[in-house]
Amino acid sequence: MSSELDDLYQEVILDHGRRPRNFRKIEGATRQAEGLNPLCGDHFQLYLKLDGDRIEDISFDGSGCAISKASASLMTSSIKGKTVAEAEQLFAEFHTLVTEGPDKVSLSELGKLAALSGVCEFPTRVKCASLVWHALKSALAAKSTAVVSTE
Amino acid sequence: MTSPVHPSPPEAEVVTLHRPVREAFDVERVRCEFPILARPVRGRPLVYLDSAATTQKPRPVVEAMARFFDQENANVHRGVHFLSERATEAYEGARERVRRFLNARQASEIVFVRGTTEALNLVAFTFGRLKVRAGDEVLVTAMEHHSNIVPWQMLCEQQGARLTVAPIDDRGVLDLEELERRIGPRTRVLCVTHVSNALGTVNPVKRIVALAHARGVPVVVDGAQGAPHLPADVQALDCDFYAFSGHKIYGPTGIGVLYAKAEHLEAMPPWQGGGDMILSVTFERTTYNRIPHKFEAGTPNMAGAVGLAASLDWLAKLPLALAWEHEQDLLDYATKALSRIGGLRLVGTAPEKAAVLSFVFEDIHPHDIGTVLDREGIAIRTGHHCAQPLMQRLGLSATARASLGLYNTRGEIDALVAGLEKVRRMFA
Repeated sequence: MSSELDDLYQEVILDHGRRPRNFRKIEGATRQAEGLNPLCGDHFQLYLKLDGDRIEDISFDGSGCAISKASASLMTSSIKGKTVAEAEQLFAEFHTLVTEGPDKVSLSELGKLAALSGVCEFPTRVKCASLVWHALKSALAAKSTAVVSTE
Repeated sequence: MTSPVHPSPPEAEVVTLHRPVREAFDVERVRCEFPILARPVRGRPLVYLDSAATTQKPRPVVEAMARFFDQENANVHRGVHFLSERATEAYEGARERVRRFLNARQASEIVFVRGTTEALNLVAFTFGRLKVRAGDEVLVTAMEHHSNIVPWQMLCEQQGARLTVAPIDDRGVLDLEELERRIGPRTRVLCVTHVSNALGTVNPVKRIVALAHARGVPVVVDGAQGAPHLPADVQALDCDFYAFSGHKIYGPTGIGVLYAKAEHLEAMPPWQGGGDMILSVTFERTTYNRIPHKFEAGTPNMAGAVGLAASLDWLAKLPLALAWEHEQDLLDYATKALSRIGGLRLVGTAPEKAAVLSFVFEDIHPHDIGTVLDREGIAIRTGHHCAQPLMQRLGLSATARASLGLYNTRGEIDALVAGLEKVRRMFA
């Protein structure tokens, strides 16, 4: 097995892909967005509960590949409790990680999200890893419900 | 002056003394004509199982196109000069080559287009617009590619007509009784694929055409996956329209064919306006060119047509019946091999199939399967295969699809099976 493949499908990724965290619907979500990758069929709903500027709760459901699902699971775990500005900052870091590689970012700031560093060697999978982040961005930008698509 | 003592003898007649009873199909020899098949991918031999997306091109096709550019290139149908004449001969020669391939009655029934998608759009927005009125129906099948759904849907929206759908069963077989029931008094056109790109199902087009014609309904056949794998004899099928793409039949991209019965082409309004599709233009009125030129506005894809003709020549030089037999053997071999993999389910199990193996594997997403196989040098397609309504019907969001060409081997199927075992080890 190539080591790049092992880097992509790290144990953390496989674990979050199989047993995604925050995989549920939030009743009474204040923001909601749909993430759709029409090419491969990844399709998620993202739910947020905002308390002022703070992301009080965040969750997702839907279906997709191991990368997109693990990314959604890790993303929701890392930004719960953060402010909108902190979440946006994290997205910028994460985007650099998956497009340019781990050398270009501070891995300590990314925490568990660093598990997705292998994605940068797989350009066709960047959109899987970033799908739910784009959904987050549009959920934060929109007043209520939004649909994003990465293709 | 003396006349030559030894005049040249007449050209010797070639006599074959030992004609083989049955020419063999040698897949290794065929592979030699595809340099790309010999290149390594990610440090491993390439296993190309994505021919339904696009086939690889044999050297004769590439060489014919290079020769055209090197020796014959000029604009067609215009100049009085030498090269323009040569280019016109090459382009119109390609049309005649396609006519022979499809067994059309006349070359004027062959319209060159960019590909199957453009061909189907052309039919929808000329023939369709002519025939389909408010309250009418266009009948498609549940297994159509988006390119044989969306143009008709757009037409129906514009005309206030209704798109109706002939259902399939869980194996991916068209229900002919239901199809027949759906051909109603308002059905103006029936659109069906020859071979399903997502399932491999071969549809009984000849029977479907007979059913439709008995009710006066013309039939449009999407031959993108049909022409590369089955005889596409338009007179035998008796279809009204047949569309296919060059790049799925070992030819270049950007060139495709719309066959239409001459009577339809004569009645259809032009599609795009411009040069080459006219006889005369004034600001008051334009007289359109005769068929098929009426439908070929602008400078056509000349080298593409030459490349397509070369691919059809290349096919004709093979023992084609045996080549297709090889492909069918390989499909059977692969079907058995994949069926033995626990947790793998083939999607599309029609008794009549061609060249396509769609499958789902445990609950591993097809995209992850594709990435792991890619690292083994194995190219497959993953996703909805531009047939989302079909995927919805089957309750799937995506499948993995291995598709075959004449150049594939049993060894490559074995590599696929081994690759899938790696996928299982990684995700199970």
